Amino acid sequence: MQRHDFTYFVQEGVSNLFSHGFMSFAAVGITVACLLIMGTFSLVAYNAEMLLKTLESEYEILAFVEEGYHDALTQQVGEKLRQLPNVKSVEFITRQEAMDAFEQRTLDDYTRAHLDPNMFRDRYAVFVEDLNLVRQTAKEVRDVAGVGDVRVDEDIAGGFILVRNVAGAVSLALVAVLLVVSVFIISNTIRLTTFDRRDEIAIMKMVGATNSFIRWPFVYEGFFLGLLSSLIAFGLQWLVYATMAQSISAADTLQFLRVVPFADIWKPVALTFTAAGMVIGVGGSLTAIRKFLQV
Amino acid sequence: MIRLKDVEKEYENGTYALRGITLTIDDGEFVFLVGPSGSGKSTIIKLLTGEIMPTSGRIVVNGFSLTKISDRQIPLLRRSIGVIFQDFRLIEKKTVYENLSFAMRAVGASPRAIRSRIPYVLELVGLEEKANQYPHELSGGEQQRVAIARALVNNPNTIIADEPTGNLDPARSLEIMRLLGRINELGTTVVVVTHERDLVNRFRKRVVMLEQGLVTGDGVGYEAK
Repeated sequence: MQRHDFTYFVQEGVSNLFSHGFMSFAAVGITVACLLIMGTFSLVAYNAEMLLKTLESEYEILAFVEEGYHDALTQQVGEKLRQLPNVKSVEFITRQEAMDAFEQRTLDDYTRAHLDPNMFRDRYAVFVEDLNLVRQTAKEVRDVAGVGDVRVDEDIAGGFILVRNVAGAVSLALVAVLLVVSVFIISNTIRLTTFDRRDEIAIMKMVGATNSFIRWPFVYEGFFLGLLSSLIAFGLQWLVYATMAQSISAADTLQFLRVVPFADIWKPVALTFTAAGMVIGVGGSLTAIRKFLQV
Repeated sequence: MIRLKDVEKEYENGTYALRGITLTIDDGEFVFLVGPSGSGKSTIIKLLTGEIMPTSGRIVVNGFSLTKISDRQIPLLRRSIGVIFQDFRLIEKKTVYENLSFAMRAVGASPRAIRSRIPYVLELVGLEEKANQYPHELSGGEQQRVAIARALVNNPNTIIADEPTGNLDPARSLEIMRLLGRINELGTTVVVVTHERDLVNRFRKRVVMLEQGLVTGDGVGYEAK
């Protein structure tokens, strides 16, 4: 088997990059744009997912215990609630605790002065496993004997689920489409290089070079194009993400959104960008050279 | 050794290039393959280098049976053959030395082997002083000698020259033929495809005549039948 002439392949690959400087520049530019769009949508989807997880852990259905239920009956209600599907945990809140919490949220002195625990009901805060099933869970909570009323904010849960699902689907579709576009662009750039070097390829074949020997410089060219694109895209992604995060935290209306700091996710983002760059670059070069080797 | 047995070649457009050729060229022979345009000379070269496959018949080149050869073996077959073309096919942006090292590197030769082999081959073709020049700085005859050096540099068993003097004046043509003769004397089988009757007749070598895809003569001298 012929040895892998690494130095030669890398030299040739780099030389190819510069021999079609403008096309290389264009290929890198388009790949960076594609990676950036893919990355931004994936990060939005990721943040939506994280936000939903936080919301899921904090989201509660309030189940008010019927008036007149004594302690033992109230405890039985709690046991029944715990056994319901999709219920992660249940927390009992006495009417006194409910009043205290209300008092903390109320700035109005008159209202505070006239508050009485009997104005409140004992209640259970029911925490769910999966926010998607909150409507069904709320219905089951309502059906538990001893539950007088239920308070559930389905719109907020529904809104987040919608954002997550849309962001997930859009990012998935974009990743697929932009991946193909990037492979196509890099493939065309390398096809230009192979066309320019068709005489050299013909001579190599004539003297007995193997297909893999001819292929390697172009694979390295694609590899470097992909690597360079992923490095630039990563830097830009960082900038875009940090700017977006700053804008969100500065906006009064978006205070409820908690953006995952880039410092917490830069490693998987860098790895994904590098891997995507490699796939695009090497995939593009292999596609480009395939036809040239069928002689 | 090159052996063709009842070889036929029909192209996809229905043209019959070879109509049952049987021919043997022993190791160390010098053979002229002559004939008019369309006689099948170029088809034979393409068959010998594995560029195309015969429609029927058997071909063996330097131990490779071309009717059974796999794609992976074709590079090995080509390393046993050096091919020279009428239009030289040198890489213009590489120097003479780089043209040769490129051919050696393409078959995996080490830098050390390249450094020791190229000066020897350049001396053999009389171009040791031109190593750092580019093809466009050389005369036609010199360019063809570079092409011969490139064909020789990987030490093949056989040299196949396709109209090697087609672009050269008579003096340079004679010079190239003499060089091929010298290479043959060193033990390399040489097959020269040409239609230059006078040039062929200056050498007392075996001549195989082709016409319309058939061997119509095989002997010493152009007029041999």
